[in-house]
Amino acid sequence: MERITPLLWLLFSAGGTVAALLFPVHFFLTGLAFPLGWLEAPSYEFLHRLLTHPVTRLYLFFLISLPLFHWAHRFRYTLYDGLQLKHLTALIAVLCYGAALAGTAMTAYLLWVIS
Amino acid sequence: MSADPHYTLYHPRWYRRRVSVWWWLQKRSYTAFVLRELTSVFVAFFAVVYLWQLRALTQGPEAYGQFLARLTTPLFLALDTVAFLFVLFHAITWFNLTPKAMVVRLRGKRVPDWLILSLNYAAWLVLSGAVAFVLLRE
Repeated sequence: MERITPLLWLLFSAGGTVAALLFPVHFFLTGLAFPLGWLEAPSYEFLHRLLTHPVTRLYLFFLISLPLFHWAHRFRYTLYDGLQLKHLTALIAVLCYGAALAGTAMTAYLLWVIS
Repeated sequence: MSADPHYTLYHPRWYRRRVSVWWWLQKRSYTAFVLRELTSVFVAFFAVVYLWQLRALTQGPEAYGQFLARLTTPLFLALDTVAFLFVLFHAITWFNLTPKAMVVRLRGKRVPDWLILSLNYAAWLVLSGAVAFVLLRE
């Protein structure tokens, strides 16, 4: 664990930066502006066409996976400190990073199979 | 958040006072700290929403339509509103932290905090505009 801590830190801060710079606008549009009808949601055809471009796929891969690792790293410590679960260190780490890895694998798979 | 200290449940020679699980409600700065730490949950929530949208897009127009319809339900609107505020809180606290976490030197002189901050906020503005432009271009 100690040996990969720098890597986990790097993923944490990269994910935090991606989430800070890009999540508010994506979230505002997808979560609020489109459902509430303030703006028109992009059509399936449009988004699908966008997804055929490799740059979009690369963008989405990092947009989804890096913030997941940000969450894993931060939430791990939230659980230790907030809920005083220090004795479950190993289990919590496996669950958090495991979930982030699973999300990343699923993102990669979906971006791979989309035609 | 550095390397893991080895925690022990019980140490015979130390006296440890029990701390309530709600310790962070006792002081405002503690509450702000825990709320900031909790933003990660909402960051993950949105990543999952986007993953869900991606899956819908691989499945076809019908699945994408269902995804859009699901987001208009009161449950998701409420959840999204709260989550959006937390994501905003994450962004602002993250930007305000960068000059402290990253000291940049240019020709031996430290770049002032306000400059790093304004660059962050400028990048935020430009990228948000770019994303909105691409998604609303249709």
